[in-house]
Amino acid sequence: MNTDTFEPVIIGFTCNWCSYRAADLAGTARVKYPPNVRLIRMMCSGRLDPTFVLKAIAGGADGILITGCHPGECHYLEQNYKALRRFQLLRRTLAQMGIRPERLKLVWASAAEGVKLAEEITCFIEEIRALGPLDWPALTGERIPVASGFISAEEGGR
Amino acid sequence: MSASAKPKFAMYWAASCGGCEIAVLNTHEKILDVDANFEVVFWPVAMDAKYKDVEAMPDRSILLTLFNGGIRTTENAELAHLMRQKSQILVAFGSCACEGCIPGLANLSNKQALFDTVYNSPSTTNSQETRPQPETAVPEGTLKIPYFYPVLKTLDQVVDVDYYIPGCPPESHQISAVIDLVIQVVQGKALLPAKGATIGAGESTVCDECPRQRNIKAIKKFTRIQELKVVDPALCLLEQGIPCNGPATRSGCGALCPQAGAQCIGCYGPAAGVIDYGARLMTAFASVIDSTDPQEIDAILDGLVDPAGQFYRFNLASSLLRASRSAWKSQ
Ligand code: SF4
Ligand code: SF4
Repeated sequence: MNTDTFEPVIIGFTCNWCSYRAADLAGTARVKYPPNVRLIRMMCSGRLDPTFVLKAIAGGADGILITGCHPGECHYLEQNYKALRRFQLLRRTLAQMGIRPERLKLVWASAAEGVKLAEEITCFIEEIRALGPLDWPALTGERIPVASGFISAEEGGR
Repeated sequence: MSASAKPKFAMYWAASCGGCEIAVLNTHEKILDVDANFEVVFWPVAMDAKYKDVEAMPDRSILLTLFNGGIRTTENAELAHLMRQKSQILVAFGSCACEGCIPGLANLSNKQALFDTVYNSPSTTNSQETRPQPETAVPEGTLKIPYFYPVLKTLDQVVDVDYYIPGCPPESHQISAVIDLVIQVVQGKALLPAKGATIGAGESTVCDECPRQRNIKAIKKFTRIQELKVVDPALCLLEQGIPCNGPATRSGCGALCPQAGAQCIGCYGPAAGVIDYGARLMTAFASVIDSTDPQEIDAILDGLVDPAGQFYRFNLASSLLRASRSAWKSQ
C-alpha cells in the first residue's frame, strides 16, 4: 500500500457506561475526530475478549483501541482491571507475533470526557499512521496452490 | 469376506513426528480389528506402497483415511489433495493435522531463520551456507525436491476435512473407540457423526476432568513447574501459579498430565466453542492475576516467560493470526 495515501483502520472497543457515551458527547458537542476509527460498543471493557482483538487484526485492522472507565469507577466494580490485565498480556503475545505493542492502546475515559477521548483517538490515529499499515494477510477461504509432480517423480516412479 | 470386498483403509503422514502412527499401533489387539475389517491399501510407515499406486486407484475408493501431519511442503499439499480425492472419509488425525502442533510453532519464525537454524547450527558443518533449492541442475538433468512453504498450514486449510481426532498423540483408548465406531458404521449398526465433528474426545475442558482441588485463584506470581521445589499434589496447579492450560483445552485425555503432577500444555487443542485457543487462555490467565496495578501486573506477567509458546504451543497454525508477521512476509 502506498504510505502517502495510507488511512489507518482502527477498531475501537468502547464501554457502554463511559467511553461510548464520551464518544457520543463528542458528537453532540461537535468535537471532531477523524473517521478512521470504528467504535464497537460493549457493556463493559471487561467484556473485551482477546479473540476480538485478534479477529480485528486478522481482518485487516492497523490498530486497536480499548477504552473503559477510570480505575475504581467501573460500573461492574472491577472488570476494567480485567481489561487492563488482558491488554498487558495481549501486548506481550502480539510482540512475539511481530506486531508492535503500540498498535494496541488502552484509554480510560469517563462519560464526561468527550474532548479527551476525541484527542486520544486523533493522537492514536497519527501514531498508527506513523507505524504504517499492518496488512495482515487476508485469510478467509484461501486454499494453497499445489505445485507439482512429486507423485510421478518419486523414487521408483515412472 | 474376501480381501477385496473389505472396505479400504489408508493412513498418511505429512509434517509430523511419527507419534500418531505409534499411537495407532499402541491400540494393541485392536489393530487386529482394523486388519480383520479393512484392507490396508496405503500406509507408508507400515507397508511398502508408492504414491503412483494411490494415484491409480479409483476416486473415493478408500473408505477411511487417517491423515496426520501439517502441510509444510508442496509434497504434503499434493498428498493431501490426492488422499482427499481417493477417500470417502478424510480424518485430520492428531494435533499436527488438526491445528499444526509443534511443527506449526515454526510459524513464529520466518523461512530464512528456520533454514539458518537447521542448515547452519553450531553442530552443522556447512561452510558454503548451502540451502536446499526446489530445483538443482546436474549433468544428468534437473533435480527437484518439494518446495517449503513459509507458513505451515493445517489439513483443513488445504482440503476439505470430514472429521477431526485431536491429541498429541490421540490417546489409544480414544482411537480404539473411533475404530469400533467406524466398524459399526460399515456393518450398518451405527451412523456417522455430523460432518466436521471432533471425534475421539470430549466437548468440555481438561479442568472438567481434573481431580485437583480448586478454591479461589488469586495469582501473585507465575512460576514454571521445574523451578519449584514443592508442588502441592492435590491442589489445582494454576492456583499454585503454575501456568496450566487446562481451562482452554479440550477434554478427552482424562486430565493425564495434572494427574501425573505436570501442567496441561494443551495437546488436545481448543475445547468446543473456543475460536482462538490462545485468546481463551489469555482471558483465563489475566482473570486470575491478583493485582490492579500496571507495574505489579507487568512483574507478574514476567513469570510467563514465553507467552506465545505458552498459549499456542499446539495451536499456532490454526489460530486467528496463524503465523508471525515475518513468517507471512517471507518467501
Ligand atoms: S488449571 Fe490445570 S490443575 Fe487446575 S483444574 Fe485445570 S487442569 Fe487441573
Ligand atoms: S493434560 Fe493436556 S497436555 Fe496432558 S494429555 Fe491431556 S490435553 Fe494433553
